[in-house]
Amino acid sequence: MNEKHSDTVVTRTVTDISSVNLRAMYVTMLRIRKFEERVAELVSQKEVICPCHLYIGQEAVATGVCSAIRRDDYVFSTHRSHGHYIAKGGDIKALMAELYGRATGCSRGRGGSMHLASPDMGLPGSSAIVAGTIPLAVGAALAFSIQKKDSVSVAFFGDGAVSEGVWYESLNFASLNKLPVIFICENNLYSTHMPIAACLAETNIYKKADAFNMPGVRVDGNDVIAVFKAATKAIKDARYGKGPVLIECMTYRWRGHVGPSDDLDKGLRSKEELDYWTKRCPIRMFEEFLIRRGILSESEKIQIYTDIEKETEETITFAKESPYPDPGGLLSHRFKS
Amino acid sequence: MPRKARIPIPVGSSVIDSNLEQAYKMRRISYVQAINETLHQMLESDTRVFVIGQGVTSPWYVGTTTVGLIDQFGIERMIDTPVSENGITGVAVGAALAGMRPVLVHPRMDFMYYAMDQIANHAANWHYMFGGQLSVPITIWGIINRGGEQAAQHSQALQAMFAHIPGLKVVMPSTPYDAKGLLVASIKDDNPVVYIDDRWLYEYEGEVPEELYSVPIGKGILKKEGKDVTVVATSYMVYEATEAAEILKKEGTDVEVIDLRSLKPLDENLIFNSVKKTGRLVIADGGWKTCGIAAEISARVAESNIFKRLKAPIMRVSLPDAPAPASSALEEVYYPKAQDIILAIKKIVKV
Repeated sequence: MNEKHSDTVVTRTVTDISSVNLRAMYVTMLRIRKFEERVAELVSQKEVICPCHLYIGQEAVATGVCSAIRRDDYVFSTHRSHGHYIAKGGDIKALMAELYGRATGCSRGRGGSMHLASPDMGLPGSSAIVAGTIPLAVGAALAFSIQKKDSVSVAFFGDGAVSEGVWYESLNFASLNKLPVIFICENNLYSTHMPIAACLAETNIYKKADAFNMPGVRVDGNDVIAVFKAATKAIKDARYGKGPVLIECMTYRWRGHVGPSDDLDKGLRSKEELDYWTKRCPIRMFEEFLIRRGILSESEKIQIYTDIEKETEETITFAKESPYPDPGGLLSHRFKS
Repeated sequence: MPRKARIPIPVGSSVIDSNLEQAYKMRRISYVQAINETLHQMLESDTRVFVIGQGVTSPWYVGTTTVGLIDQFGIERMIDTPVSENGITGVAVGAALAGMRPVLVHPRMDFMYYAMDQIANHAANWHYMFGGQLSVPITIWGIINRGGEQAAQHSQALQAMFAHIPGLKVVMPSTPYDAKGLLVASIKDDNPVVYIDDRWLYEYEGEVPEELYSVPIGKGILKKEGKDVTVVATSYMVYEATEAAEILKKEGTDVEVIDLRSLKPLDENLIFNSVKKTGRLVIADGGWKTCGIAAEISARVAESNIFKRLKAPIMRVSLPDAPAPASSALEEVYYPKAQDIILAIKKIVKV
C-alpha cells in the first residue's frame, strides 16, 4: 500500500517515561514477538490446529496502549488477540494451552486463538466477529460511568472493522454520552486480502472522528512511544470525563491475514512493501533507541532474549503436558447457574 | 400504534401458582402496569439494574411500560437511544460484562434482526466461549406488535429464532402475574434472557402481588385441567386456547390447557405428563409453523416414550409460512384464534 510515513526512528521526548517503564515495554513487545514466532512454527507443524491470526509487526500498538492503562481498565480485543492479551498481562502459559485446546487454557479449551479472556486482568473477552467487541467496550464504559468508577475501556480493532455498521453506531453512542472509552484502530492496511483503498472511500480513518464530534489522531503504530503518549493523553481525558478518542495507529502485519504465511506467493502484496515495513520493525527501532540512550545494555538485551525464549518454551511444555478438556464436560458452561 | 380491534375474553384470575404465598398483597392490575411496577421495584432495589433502548423515555413508545421511571431514576438509568439496534445491544452486553444488569428493550421485535449479531454471536456465546469465566446477565425484552394492519415488518413474533440459539433463555409471559414474576426472574438470572411480550396482552388484568417475587424460568403452568386433549399454548395464544376450551366444554370435550411461559428451557415434564393422560396434543403458538416452537414440542413428544401414548396425530396451530399482510381482511385469516384451535381439536377428538 501507499501509506508512506517519514522514516521516524523513535526520537520523541521520553523524559516523562521512566527507564523501568521503557524496559517493560521492550520486554512486552519481545514477549509477543517470540510467542507469535513460535506459534507460527507450531501452526506449520500442525501442533496448533485452531486458526491463529498473528500479531507479528504490530507489537508496538498493543504494548503502547496497554502500558498506558491500569489493571482495572478493560481491554476488548479481536480475532487477532494474542498481542492484546499478552500486553494486558494475561498468563502466557494459559494462552499457549488455549491454542493447544487444553483444559488449562485461558478459556478452558472452549475459545481457541480468537477467544481469549482473563477477567482478573481486565480482559473480558475477544470476539471473532469483525467490530463485534466495539459496542461491548462502549457498554463497559457506560457501566463505569453509571458506577461512578474512574476506569476506562479500550476497543482494539483493525481497519477492516471500520467498514462495519456497528462501528458507526458505537462511536456515535460513545461520543453522545461522553463515555470513557478509547478506540484504537490498528490500521495494518489490509482487511483480510483486501487493501484498505479497496474497502474505504476515505482511507484517513482518524478523520472519521470528526463525524462523531470526537478527537481523532493518527500515530506511527510502529513507534511504541508515540502510541504510548497518544494513548496516555486520550486515557487521561476519557478518565476525567472528556469523552472518547479515536487513535489510528499505522502499522503492518508481517504475516498474512491468518496463519504463518507471508502471502507473497499468493500475490496479495509485494515484496517491496513487506521489506519496507520489516525495515521499520517496531522492536528493532525501539531496541536501538534504548541502547543509544543507555537505557538498555547489550548484556541486558541478551539476558532478556534468553529469558523470553526460555519462558516461551515453557509455555509449550506446559500446554503439551496439560490434559484435554473432559469430553463429558461438552455441555457444561452453557448457562451460569 | 393501533391496538387490535378484536376483543377476546380475559380469563381473569384463573392463574393458580402454588409458589404464591398467602402473605402477598394481591391487587388486580393490568399487564402493562405489572411491567411498569416491576421496573420501578427492580431499579429501586438493585443499583446494577438500568433500562436502555429506543423510546424508554417516551410516554407511548413502549406502551406506557416505562411511565414515571425517568422522573424517579433519571437519564443515567433510563437510557433512551438512537436507532442503533446492534450497537445498543452490544452496549448493554458490555455493561453486563462490567457488572450491570441491563434491561434492554426492543420495542418492535422486527428490528431485533439488526441486533442478531450481538444477541447470538456475543451475549449467547460469552459464557461458554470463555469456559464459564464470564457471564452476561442481561434481559433482552422484545415486544410483538402484530395486527392493526402493520404488515410484515412491524408484526413479527420471533421466539423460535431465539430459542434455537444455545446460551439464550426465552420466556413469554401471558398473564400480569407472570409478566412481573418472569421479568424479575429474567433480571436476576445470570444469563441472557429474551423476554417476549405482546402488545395484545397489555390491557389484560389479573391478580398480582405488590411485592417482588420470581416465577421460575423453565416452568410452564397448568391453566385448566382436562382429560380429552392437551393444548400447549404460548403468550397470547393462551387466551385463545382458554376460550376454545370453554366453548368445547359446552360440547362435551374436556380440554387441558398448558401455558408454556418459558420456551427455553422447555418444561418437558409438564407437557409429557399431560399428554400421557390425554393422549392428544395441540400446540398453539403465535410464531410461524415451519421450524417453530410447535415443531420443537412435536419433535420432543415424538422422540420420547410418550409417543406410543398418542391416540391421534399432533396438531399445530400457528402462523402460516407467509409474511404478515396489511389488510385487515387478510389479517383475519392470517392470525390463528380460538376457532382454529377448536378445528384442530375436532380433527383429533371424536365427539
